[in-house]
Amino acid sequence: MSERKNEILKELVVVSGKGGTGKTSITASLAALANNPVLADCDVDAADLHLVTAPSVLRTEAFFSGKEAMVDRDKCAGCGLCDSACRFDAFQQEDDGTYCINSVHCEGCGVCVRVCPEEAIRFVDRDCGEWMVSDTRFGPMVHARLHAAGENSGKLVTLVRKEAKKIAKEQDRSLIIVDGPPGIGCAVISSITGASAVLLVTEPSISGIHDLERVTSLARSFDIPVFVCVNKADIDPKTTEEIRRQTLEKGDHFVGTIPYDEEMVKAQLEGKSAVEYIEGDIRDRIEHIWEQIWTTM
Amino acid sequence: MRIAIASGKGGTGKTFVTVNLARSFGNPLLVLDCDVEEPNSNLFIHGDLISERRSTVLVPRVDESLCEGSKVCSEVCEFNAIAVIGGKPLIFEDLCHSCGACAMFCPNGAIGEIEHKIGKVTVRTSDNIRLVEGMLDVGKALAVPVIRDVKHFADDAKEEHVLIDSPPGTSCPMVWTVGDADLVILVAEPTSFGLHDLELAVETVREIGIQFGVVINKDGLGDDRLERYCEKEGIEILARIPHDRRIAEVYAKGEQVIDVLPQYHELFTNLWNTITRKVHTVGGSDV
Repeated sequence: MSERKNEILKELVVVSGKGGTGKTSITASLAALANNPVLADCDVDAADLHLVTAPSVLRTEAFFSGKEAMVDRDKCAGCGLCDSACRFDAFQQEDDGTYCINSVHCEGCGVCVRVCPEEAIRFVDRDCGEWMVSDTRFGPMVHARLHAAGENSGKLVTLVRKEAKKIAKEQDRSLIIVDGPPGIGCAVISSITGASAVLLVTEPSISGIHDLERVTSLARSFDIPVFVCVNKADIDPKTTEEIRRQTLEKGDHFVGTIPYDEEMVKAQLEGKSAVEYIEGDIRDRIEHIWEQIWTTM
Repeated sequence: MRIAIASGKGGTGKTFVTVNLARSFGNPLLVLDCDVEEPNSNLFIHGDLISERRSTVLVPRVDESLCEGSKVCSEVCEFNAIAVIGGKPLIFEDLCHSCGACAMFCPNGAIGEIEHKIGKVTVRTSDNIRLVEGMLDVGKALAVPVIRDVKHFADDAKEEHVLIDSPPGTSCPMVWTVGDADLVILVAEPTSFGLHDLELAVETVREIGIQFGVVINKDGLGDDRLERYCEKEGIEILARIPHDRRIAEVYAKGEQVIDVLPQYHELFTNLWNTITRKVHTVGGSDV
């Protein structure tokens, strides 16, 4: 039975390549339109979805990931073997000749721990941030935040998605909507791996189209349906048309456009999703986008 | 002086500020595009290509004739990048962090290291600007090594000033990028997402201990919460770029805003003066 449920659980990941295209605003609107979704905010560097969904936190957990080295300076003899073995420039010699570690540079590889003849370097679990399970008016939500200058956002992304999946199964919900991070690196790969479909939210600018190409080729390498929508479409209608043409040419799904409208910002300032705040054309367009995605998925 | 342009949130106008600041400056300038996942500065600077080189990391290669199956390599690897299966080490290059532990600790000296391409670094010039851009290959996870290759150009730069376009966010790539700057310009929008992400970025640059100021982009779009936050925290607002749909339209086409809308030229010249004053009065240039 649980295997059957497994089969019908869908996970839609919303990404953008370039930041600031309206990804989170559109994710919040899809959350409002979807039927009983679970939400996962995987933009763990700069999580914003909670500003619209107003979650009440049920549970908070610490997130430890990887290790970091720490010098016990009483034991340090100042030989510098750690410094010469470290590939990440993490060591600095102090005035008294002992060494200290810049934790931002420490990659957690443990080489220094092994080469230190005085056993003066400890290897400890790295406290990277926290993650939360919350209730929102749209459904349960899993979100997280990294500590300032934190690391390993890819692993935190994987953890948030895993937790969202667990909740979906427990509560018999068939859809997870993931607000993904910008870019194409570690955190984005972790967000897309194993998902059912990707929605790319772009804008018709020279940067938008450039970043879209890169994130599309990444998404396509996972062999799952790729949906594309253009936000602020009327900023440059020609580029919007070009994006539509390219999307269809590559065999992806072009699901619609949303015009530039300051009401989108007002909705955000009011802590509402666009479809809750705006009536008329914008709402119709986002509904249309959602219907196409849901039917195809 | 080294000036990094960063933001917590993506799409607030980092590249916009970088390229217009660069253009408004008359003297030789080195611009580093460290947003290697999605580099965009070149779309606006249109430089002539001077050189292109591969960005690589070191990954292990096993000499099977020397390997005696000790498994030390997989035991010392903190990143699960080596598994020993059937007495033979299997290497997962994309998980490797290039720390060198496996090669260093192999009791048989069976592991050497070879270069593995993860991106490229290009150098272009356009008028007063030398632009160095890093680009991570699609499907590669680790951005920091490419950022490091780009930043090497600042070490022996002949230009007096360096502008660094940072990746968004507050994690490793951003921290590596801004870490040695004399000043960080945080570009923020006066929206609720903009304010929230600015708070995270401020926390991060304070943690690293670099001086910084804020440029408000699309000033007048949202409300005054961002402004009140800066006032309360004692953060200097270095410039205000008004909310103007024409800027979005010009920028969308890849044109220089200060050329097409000359009324903004003065804004960027003033920003140069403001940051120069800030770097020289507060911390000195080698903080």
